[in-house]
Amino acid sequence: MQADIFAKKKRNTLAYLCLLGAVTMLAMVITEYNAVKGIASIPKAVQWGMANFYPTAESLEKLPVILEKMQETLLVSIAATTAAAVFALLFAIFGSNTTRINRFFGAVTRGIATVFRNIDVAAWALILLFSFGQSSLTGYFALFFGSFGFLTRAFTETIDEVSGGSVEALKATGAGYFSIIFQSVIPSSIPQIISWILFMIETNIRSATLIGLLTGSGIGFTFNLYYKSLAYDTASLVVIVIIAAILLIEFASNYVRKVIL
Amino acid sequence: MKALLEVNHLTKQFGKDSKALTDVSFSVQEGEFVSIIGPSGAGKSTLLRCINRMIDATGGDIRFQDSQVMNLKKKELKQVRTKIGMIFQHYNLVNRLSVIENTLHGKLGTKSTLAGVLGLYSKEEKQQAVQILNVLGLNEMIYKRADQLSGGQKQRVGIARALIQNPRMLLCDEPIASLDPNSAKVIMDHLKKVSTTMGITVVVNLHQVDVAIKYSDRIIGINKGQVVYNGSAKGLTSEDIQRIYGSEADDLIFDIGGIHAG
Repeated sequence: MQADIFAKKKRNTLAYLCLLGAVTMLAMVITEYNAVKGIASIPKAVQWGMANFYPTAESLEKLPVILEKMQETLLVSIAATTAAAVFALLFAIFGSNTTRINRFFGAVTRGIATVFRNIDVAAWALILLFSFGQSSLTGYFALFFGSFGFLTRAFTETIDEVSGGSVEALKATGAGYFSIIFQSVIPSSIPQIISWILFMIETNIRSATLIGLLTGSGIGFTFNLYYKSLAYDTASLVVIVIIAAILLIEFASNYVRKVIL
Repeated sequence: MKALLEVNHLTKQFGKDSKALTDVSFSVQEGEFVSIIGPSGAGKSTLLRCINRMIDATGGDIRFQDSQVMNLKKKELKQVRTKIGMIFQHYNLVNRLSVIENTLHGKLGTKSTLAGVLGLYSKEEKQQAVQILNVLGLNEMIYKRADQLSGGQKQRVGIARALIQNPRMLLCDEPIASLDPNSAKVIMDHLKKVSTTMGITVVVNLHQVDVAIKYSDRIIGINKGQVVYNGSAKGLTSEDIQRIYGSEADDLIFDIGGIHAG
């Protein structure tokens, strides 16, 4: 009997692997992808990158302009995230099972957050291009909406996870709704909330680069500009600045996390 | 003497067919120490939470002092809750706040919204909190964060939070179920002391029959949502235990004669 279970597990694993292989093959046939040619072209790509894609002395002259754009992108990302966090916290409190006012209101707030979360930031950027045109405002709102949806979800789960017990205890003492929120829910969940905000800022700086391509603003646009005008040396400098900025932010947020948790 | 708490024909139904409580009636006198025992899933926790309406019962009525608990409006319910302290198996403290802040949470029920939100406590309230923590032997822990305490210490903070309410009654939901025997004894001794010296009525859910017999004035036995025993702790016989816990009770690991002798 026991041997049967192990044999069955092995058969299942084998079946899954075969299925995965078949799907991959099918996809390759449909898209006419040639694996050998694909892999063989990697050395060539590396060679091209080494030959063209590095900053030169002249490109360094552009550094102040790039840094200024990088700063703009950073600030827009941070502003969008923090503003979204305020609204997300409000929606999370009303949408969480432990702190919702009633079932109907909870479902409505969660529904709104779900809609915002399931539309990608890039899609938001394209939609908002019609209203705000090519400006950093479009980028700001795209990041704002995307972060709002995601943070609401994250905050809701944080609240449900950490404050269920103490909310019950304070309710039993006869404490009012707002006392419970401010004395129990927020103190219990604040470290995780800050941690999520930092994570969102990091993510948004990465997305902001991409969105800049679409909205014609920030560091993404700068990269696109140099890249399209075949100034590969300057474009590579932009990439290096972006990587440095992301590492810097990640380092800073890891430090903050270590201190608060 | 008029009973402090009176529960009449209480029923609670979850969903369509699962009945947690069926026609539960009992009363508790002022200053009494009452234990509720019964197997897991018998409805002990549900019963306790129906008393202060953390769970809304389906039928029957509950009288606490002069209030019909089932008919209370939101504001009146809060008022009644301020007079009933509650203690939980998992302590239910705010782990990131200090011991004294957790204790003072017991005062939130009597505060205005603004004072509650900002956490404004008067000097007298803070002194009272310190005094209660002293009595419970937590004087060195006052400024420690709740998550730095041991289980027994956390539960004592739970008791402090309930006591600062100046309650007439304590509801304790399995207060010692997560504690080692030593801490459990400390907690039960404190609850007994609260009952005898402060005259506060204590209703406690327990899993340990021997503890219930040792500490309570009266025991209420519950099985499948029905009261099957309601009488003095001394009068509890092995037949009663069998009725409460079902047929396997014969094999239960303690010896009832020995407990009474002790």
